[in-house]
Amino acid sequence: MSYSVPGFRHPNLPQNELGYTTKDYEGRVSTLCAGCGHDSISAAIIDACFEMSIPPHRVAKLSGIGCSSKTPTYFLGNSHGFNSVHGRMPAVATGANMANRNLLYIGVSGDGDTASIGMGQFVHVVRRNVNMIYICENNGVYGLTKGQDSATTDIGSVSKKGEPNALEPIDLCSVALQLGATFVANSFSGDKSQLVPIIQAAIAHKGFAFINVISPCVTFNNSPNSTKSYDYIRQHMASSNAVDFVPPEEEITTDYAPGTSEVVTMHDGSVIHLQKLDEKHDLHSRRSALTLINDYKAEGKVLTGLLFVDLDSQEIHETMNTTATPLRNLTETELCPGSEQLEKINEILR
Amino acid sequence: MKRDIKTNKFVIKFANVNGTGSASANSLFSKAIFRMGIPISPKNIFPSNIQGLPTWYEVRVNENGFLGRRGGIDIMVCLNPQSMERDVAELQPGGYFIYDSSKPIDKILLRNDIDFIGVPFMEHCREAYKDARHRQLFRNVMYVGSLAALLDIELDVLKGLIGEQFKGKEKLIAPNVKALQMGYDVAKKLHECPLAFRLSRRDKVGNRILVDGNSACGLGAVYGGATVAGWYPITPSTSVIDSFAKYCRKLRVDPETGEKNFAIVQAEDELAAIGMVIGASWNGARAFTATSGPGLSLMNEFLGLAYFAEIPSVLVNVQRAGPSTGMPTRTQQSDVLYSAYASHGDTKHICLYPSTPKECFEFTATALDLAEHFQTPVLVLSDLDLGMNEHMSEPLEWDDERTYDRGKVFTADDLETMEEPFGRYLDIDADGIPYRTLPGAHPTKGAYFTRGTSKDEYATYTEDGKKYVDNMERLQRKWETARHNVPKPDIRTTGKPCNVGVIYYGTSEASTLEALHHLDRLHGISLDSLGIKAFPFSDEVEDFIEQHEYVFVVEQNRDAQMRTLLINEFEFTPHKLISLLHYDGSPITARFIRHIIRDNILQTATAPRTRRSSRK
Ligand SMILES: Cc1ncc(C[n+]2csc(CCOP(=O)(O)OP(=O)(O)O)c2C)c(N)n1
Ligand code: SF4
Ligand SMILES: [Mg+2]
Repeated sequence: MSYSVPGFRHPNLPQNELGYTTKDYEGRVSTLCAGCGHDSISAAIIDACFEMSIPPHRVAKLSGIGCSSKTPTYFLGNSHGFNSVHGRMPAVATGANMANRNLLYIGVSGDGDTASIGMGQFVHVVRRNVNMIYICENNGVYGLTKGQDSATTDIGSVSKKGEPNALEPIDLCSVALQLGATFVANSFSGDKSQLVPIIQAAIAHKGFAFINVISPCVTFNNSPNSTKSYDYIRQHMASSNAVDFVPPEEEITTDYAPGTSEVVTMHDGSVIHLQKLDEKHDLHSRRSALTLINDYKAEGKVLTGLLFVDLDSQEIHETMNTTATPLRNLTETELCPGSEQLEKINEILR
Repeated sequence: MKRDIKTNKFVIKFANVNGTGSASANSLFSKAIFRMGIPISPKNIFPSNIQGLPTWYEVRVNENGFLGRRGGIDIMVCLNPQSMERDVAELQPGGYFIYDSSKPIDKILLRNDIDFIGVPFMEHCREAYKDARHRQLFRNVMYVGSLAALLDIELDVLKGLIGEQFKGKEKLIAPNVKALQMGYDVAKKLHECPLAFRLSRRDKVGNRILVDGNSACGLGAVYGGATVAGWYPITPSTSVIDSFAKYCRKLRVDPETGEKNFAIVQAEDELAAIGMVIGASWNGARAFTATSGPGLSLMNEFLGLAYFAEIPSVLVNVQRAGPSTGMPTRTQQSDVLYSAYASHGDTKHICLYPSTPKECFEFTATALDLAEHFQTPVLVLSDLDLGMNEHMSEPLEWDDERTYDRGKVFTADDLETMEEPFGRYLDIDADGIPYRTLPGAHPTKGAYFTRGTSKDEYATYTEDGKKYVDNMERLQRKWETARHNVPKPDIRTTGKPCNVGVIYYGTSEASTLEALHHLDRLHGISLDSLGIKAFPFSDEVEDFIEQHEYVFVVEQNRDAQMRTLLINEFEFTPHKLISLLHYDGSPITARFIRHIIRDNILQTATAPRTRRSSRK
């Protein structure tokens, strides 16, 4: 399309290949609590899209309900957004994706939105391998309804409410892996250097990309004995790898000791450069990822990084063999079989 | 028994066991009569079960073209010993009871006001076929052959239909024809043929077709340009999607590449099904779902979102008997109120009420137009009787000049040339309908945030009471606009001075119109009638009620739901509306309607009128 980006550009802001500055990827001013992890994730999404020169209007943002689900208002203001109903973003995103396979779909959810009310839909959107990015902003608590434990709260973790949680937590990365997710990563809102390239890799991935981001709730779950607090995560975070995202045109310049790094060429030709921090981890093995998550958990550590990528992923439109033209662009000419055909059908029914 | 000959006017019922393959034999029977130019209306009465329970198939044959259920059975074809007792009891005096006489009938069952016609179907099949499965299957074809002899069905027509049925599997034609002939010969040998109820070729079908409402809805969605369907299986709506899929595979697949111009997603539940429809419609595709009562209950939260955020969505609700799981395989019109006001808060939805397969086809296509035009959910309220039974219908029609009404959508060019900033919920044309943009339309203009929370005209979140009210009032203006754009009611006036009217909708149409015909002919009672086709009600509905002293409202539910909806929407006194309610799960009959109206009117001629309603 030939519509140009606005004329005025802040003179000091760097521009990306499309001539956009980060300003063009920002949204409205956040109304979340100061220090909320969710805001850092919004910032990481902005950086990732800016750096990759994603045309903002080619992105559709979708979410459920919760503090986390509010955030699509706070990034990519030139993208259409849809704040749907609690736990049902996957269905809306699936439908949207069916209508137009050519946009980039970013779904944002919370741990309540995903692991409780929306668990059914989460499970099925993974299975379908809908081509989208699904970010769960996981704070182990219901933020918007003021601090109830969620289904991802660890046993013994204590929120501001003061009662240790007694129930087994759901590990969303493990669930996603078991259900056949084709891209799974775990990250931390406080580690932008890890989160941004992971989001970029997810954008480059064809198929369902799940990113669980531990995202502390400063108001209800940043207490000393919470396992989702900033301090706890900083002290217990371990990484399977360090991810460096290299756009298709750029050359890889960093050097690593042989055997400790891996170059992964993504579907769109971009490359992720992994520095292996745990040499036991095989990025292309579901079993390896699952084992590693459990091993680290047993040691009281939280494993982050890019955990699994299936480079042969077939997204849902490929499986269904949908036409390359977005369905929403089809008109009467392609869709309506016409009166002559209808008369033939009538004849069969006589 | 001395009998009058009745040609082309009777009701025949088949008593079968489900899962025994009787359905295709029964439809062979119906189709043959239809091909002889005689109007028929078949109805399946089946259990919510896959194998082993009683199932019935009732066919009304009527050369005058009355297609509703008449009431009463003239011929019972009983192939199910389990249900024999009630099947004998159900016959009208003067009827025939046709049964498999391979086993002698229990003497207790005998009645002397009907004739018993035994044909030893199983005995002959046992001799003719070795395989148990064949015995079962060919017994079905055999009884159709016997009926051909007993009722004078043209054998050539039946043979022709068998040929069509097994096109591509020609090997199967000969054994089927053999079974047919065997049935024919046996009946001829044992009984005097034809019976007093008999058939004779007519030319009363014309170019009409025989089709079920669900097939027509699915085809309507194809013609109406639906590309995305999200759905979850539920009786009696499943075959809407089956039909959509069937016609899409036939008409919407690129013959060279195999690429599809449609996407059908079987969802994990109805919440997801309607969510997918909303997501796809938001993104500019025409999308729809089909469901029934329990599914509709699950879809409520999303329907409110679609209403408030103004997202087109089409839902075909094939009603069945509720509440809860109710009678899943029986018919009712009991989601009228729930569909109209689905979801919490002040919500209401456009509803369409088709009465025939032709209307199923048209209304589904129209629903896709209305949904995009008004940016709101549109519910097509069919029911099990209309959806799952074949009905004789006018042929389906499509005007090739017709274009899809995609509603108010700003394109990239519109946005580029616009002087004012884009406001998603601005009422630019003062008709309550705002303009929308589609994701991806323009690099810097027209993006907005869709939400179920309250918002101002620019789609910005607000809790400002005045802005909230402004928006709700605009939605109300939109509703008023819709009132003038939905399908108009069908009004039939007698031309005689008439102070009593009858209102009906959906599948009560055929029986109601027949009842009115007979009230006029038999009792000299002529009444005006109005068939409601849509909600919101257009002015004609109000005028009709105003113009009559009182009005019967014919419905297939307990609570007089349409009556309640009318009272809720208009200002007249509720006493004007007299309920006529039938809700045992079987389709309403012409007799039932006629008797109630007759009794009520004859009574009012002498005594003060009382309202006929089981509740109010
Ligand atoms: C059907 C329904 N039930 C309950 C709610 C109330 N509700 C709003 S947000 C929320 C929990 C959100 O938790 P989470 O997804 O973890 O998001 P967070 O606020 O923690 O980011 C609940 C229960 C709702 N909006 N809808
Ligand atoms: S309540 Fe918690 S999750 Fe919500 S905005 Fe505040 S810090 Fe963030
Ligand atoms: Mg949370």
